Amino acid sequence: MKHLLRQIFRSGKFVVGFVIFMAIVLTTLIYPIFVTDPPLEIISRGTFLPPGVYVNVYDSIGGVEHYNLVLDDAASRRIANQLSDDDRLAMQEWLIGNEVPESEIDITDTAALLELWTNNFDPTVRLPGMTNADRNYYIRLNSRLDGLLDTEGVVIAEMNEESGQLTEDYVIEQNIYVNVGELPNIRWLPLGTDNFGRDVLNELVTATRVSLNIGLVAGVVATIIGLALGMISGYIGGVVDDLIVFITNLFTVIPGFVLLILISFSIGQEQRGAFTIAVVIGLTSWVWTARAVRAQVISLRNRDHVNLSKLSGHSTIHILATDIFPYIASYVVMALILQISSGILAEAGLSILGLGPRTTDVPTLGLMMNWSMIYQAHISGYWWAYFPVILVIALISFSMNLMNTGLDQVFNPALRD
Amino acid sequence: MNVKTKSDEILRGVGLTKVFGMGAGKTVAVDHVDFSFKKGEVISIVGESGSGKTTLAKMLLALTTPTEGEIYFEGELRNVASHGKRKEYWKNIQAIFQDPFSSYNIFRKIDSVLLDCIKMRGGRNFSKEKKEDLMREACSFVNLKYDELTNKYPFELSGGQQQRLMIARIFLLKPKILLADEPTSMIDACSRATILDMLMDLRNEVGMTPIFITHDIGLAYYVSDTVYIMERGRFVEYGTADDVILNPQEPYTRRLLSDVPKLHEPWDLSTVG
Amino acid sequence: MTNIVLDVDELTTKYITRFREDIYAVDHVSLQVEEGRAVGIAGESGCGKSTLALSLMGYYFPPLHYSSGEIVIDGQNITEMHPEHVRKTILGNEIAYIPQAAMNALNPTMKVINFIEDVIHAHHPRMPKKEIYELAVERFQLLGLPPEVLQKYSVELSGGMKQRTVIATSVILSPKVLIADEPSSALDVTSQKMVIKMLKDLMDKGIVKAMIFITHELPLLYHVVDDIMVMYAGQIVEKGTVDEVIFDPIHPYSRALMGSIIVPEEGLRDVKLTAVPGTPPNLKNPPSGCRFAARCKYAMPACRATSVELEDIGGGRSYRCIIPEDELRKAYEREDKER
Repeated sequence: MKHLLRQIFRSGKFVVGFVIFMAIVLTTLIYPIFVTDPPLEIISRGTFLPPGVYVNVYDSIGGVEHYNLVLDDAASRRIANQLSDDDRLAMQEWLIGNEVPESEIDITDTAALLELWTNNFDPTVRLPGMTNADRNYYIRLNSRLDGLLDTEGVVIAEMNEESGQLTEDYVIEQNIYVNVGELPNIRWLPLGTDNFGRDVLNELVTATRVSLNIGLVAGVVATIIGLALGMISGYIGGVVDDLIVFITNLFTVIPGFVLLILISFSIGQEQRGAFTIAVVIGLTSWVWTARAVRAQVISLRNRDHVNLSKLSGHSTIHILATDIFPYIASYVVMALILQISSGILAEAGLSILGLGPRTTDVPTLGLMMNWSMIYQAHISGYWWAYFPVILVIALISFSMNLMNTGLDQVFNPALRD
Repeated sequence: MNVKTKSDEILRGVGLTKVFGMGAGKTVAVDHVDFSFKKGEVISIVGESGSGKTTLAKMLLALTTPTEGEIYFEGELRNVASHGKRKEYWKNIQAIFQDPFSSYNIFRKIDSVLLDCIKMRGGRNFSKEKKEDLMREACSFVNLKYDELTNKYPFELSGGQQQRLMIARIFLLKPKILLADEPTSMIDACSRATILDMLMDLRNEVGMTPIFITHDIGLAYYVSDTVYIMERGRFVEYGTADDVILNPQEPYTRRLLSDVPKLHEPWDLSTVG
Repeated sequence: MTNIVLDVDELTTKYITRFREDIYAVDHVSLQVEEGRAVGIAGESGCGKSTLALSLMGYYFPPLHYSSGEIVIDGQNITEMHPEHVRKTILGNEIAYIPQAAMNALNPTMKVINFIEDVIHAHHPRMPKKEIYELAVERFQLLGLPPEVLQKYSVELSGGMKQRTVIATSVILSPKVLIADEPSSALDVTSQKMVIKMLKDLMDKGIVKAMIFITHELPLLYHVVDDIMVMYAGQIVEKGTVDEVIFDPIHPYSRALMGSIIVPEEGLRDVKLTAVPGTPPNLKNPPSGCRFAARCKYAMPACRATSVELEDIGGGRSYRCIIPEDELRKAYEREDKER
């Protein structure tokens, strides 16, 4: 046994797959220890907030220390943030289209460009070849440019309750900085928020854990059923074998996924918990394992050591457990890994279609995909809502298959390269 | 047919048949075979591959049920209907197979093979020392040292050692009948005599009836009292070893003998088709 | 003086294991085969006879590697040639090798004639198919194989027929030397007879000039070959004609081997088969002295001390033992009387 483990861990493919898989598993276990917020808590008003560090503006104005930093490039950076090179080119294009001679336009001179722009821009003008989206873009651009070259600060005023008049409280100059470390309210959202306004990273970690659990349950159920049916039909043969093969063939002919959809649909929303779905997936995907185990057992049952075991008076159960099972154990381990992987994928598939676990309880990887699809994140370019999910699903599947290939090479020396 | 007294007879078969498959695609592996084996007689069943000898052996061992025919053990109709009855039967008949390595469960230590035999003989509750003594005695009978072999796995033994341990197993079980299926075909020529001697010693000590299943007619001649020649599921000839080999009557037997190269007789290759 | 077709001098080849250990499976083997003679190599499993067969081809696949020695076929020293040159010009043309269970070499998706075309085109790429077909038919008829076989697929043929087809194909270019490794072991006795007859025909009809026949079944050798070499633990321990070695062996191992022959003949039942305890030595660390000493009943302390050379005692006879010939013979006589 020890020797076997050593051999397994010497296999490069297995180790790589194992490391990736364990990294994912450990992340799902350790992350919640440090981040205790509930994953499905809605934290933003407004959908699909992009990833980044969110700083509370109210706190920056009031309660914290204001520092003066004189940095040369502050102004130009501010301008560049609002007015990128692409924007300048777009402005030039608009101006040319509006019959401003090209020789007058210098896109590197911000002040001159802006002056030309302010003098010439008319939001109602529709240039030839300009789409609605382009027009909206120019209007947005225009509003951004308002006050771009101002060097004055922003006035914070207080409203007098009785007179309704604003009195100036103080001015925030353009060189006032706050220390982010002193701010009480910062939220880092590495993956932004989803359509409901939930922290995607937090959701993702929980969803991974739930999907892994579902995959594990589905895989174990499928493997146990497949193993039991395969061993019984393979060893006993005769009528029992015929019956089990018939059932297996039935399940083969009916596409597993279609069956899954039908069962899921008929269970109804109320009953569809994560565990239930896992069991259902397991109940529909045992066919391949049963077939493979049966084939192996049929080839084993006529071996000399099995006959000798019979002659030694061992019962059928004893023979199945000690003379048949250890010989197929390596195969069963590999089948289990593949079943878990396909269980995860099956759940993802179901959830994308909306037939997965209830949406209010827990997130799953498939559900996250479902939400991002329904709310058209992929069309609007909100990549953080679906791309990390795809990456995680792919990594889980990839790492498990890699482990499987590594194990295959260990157990079957003929495949070693 | 030789007349054998009932009290001497240990195994008798009447019309033993085994058919595989159904309808047009069926194969008759064993075709209405009759035989009567005496206690202590050394018997060989000689046949080429496809002759049905392995299937016949499996029926004698109750590992396969006959399609037709009866088997009588010690004069009484054999009853192997239930697992319990089969266990009783297997106290009286055991086997040694051709490939010594595949006879072992590669995941279990070799001690388990011997311990299983002790349990089968009712020794489940013996003390550890008593079990070890029995195993040591069995090993020394086959010139193996128990202390060197204990706790080893089958792949750590050589082919010859593995086969000898199988004989040690028989020594522990002391069955009345031993079916030896090509026991020396995968053993080195120099070690063959050892295995055969041990089997004969067992027979002398324990009063066992060995039945050899082989394709090697020379081996059958060397070791047996009675030889049965099997072709396509039927016994075509049988008799004492000298009668069958030195004075074959049936054309199949004659052809079989002429196809085997000998040392003191010329080998006529011109009869080849 | 008859032509020596195959001259092997101190050939040594080794296996290099995964752990970089050298196992000398063929240890300084010398043999000579004259034109028109067949030599048998007898020994038990693990003695190196199959490795010797492979080594004689002069073309090595890892983990088998050439170590030292010479192989000269009809004057050509193939150990000095580049392996690719050996493959192209020597294999199949000068020397042919039939491995164990050669019948499995037949490609199940090809007809036999296509298989033969493939083999011939490897050496004569431009030979037209018609010519190949005529050659095949002629050769098959000469060897007693029905020409209809050429149009069949291998699955349609019996084991014996397949083996004979492969043998006929491997000598279709009439090589000088044929090396056959257990050509009939996987077959039933009737097919075995057919294969042996074919091998004899190959020699009698001059299709091959010399043959090396490797087997563990001594009665076969008696009827097929002229000379025998007995191999043990990678070394040749005795050489002589077939009658000499089988009926009058000198080396203790040869004697034990001959004493374990079982043939269905009168008198077999009165003989006691020889049993030799122990197993051959592990060639990873061969013993320094005589390799058989651990199992030999005549062994003396001197046997284990220094390595023993093959001693030529004249008339083509040689054996590898430090005990003089007449002493061994006397000991054997004593034993035979006691039986």
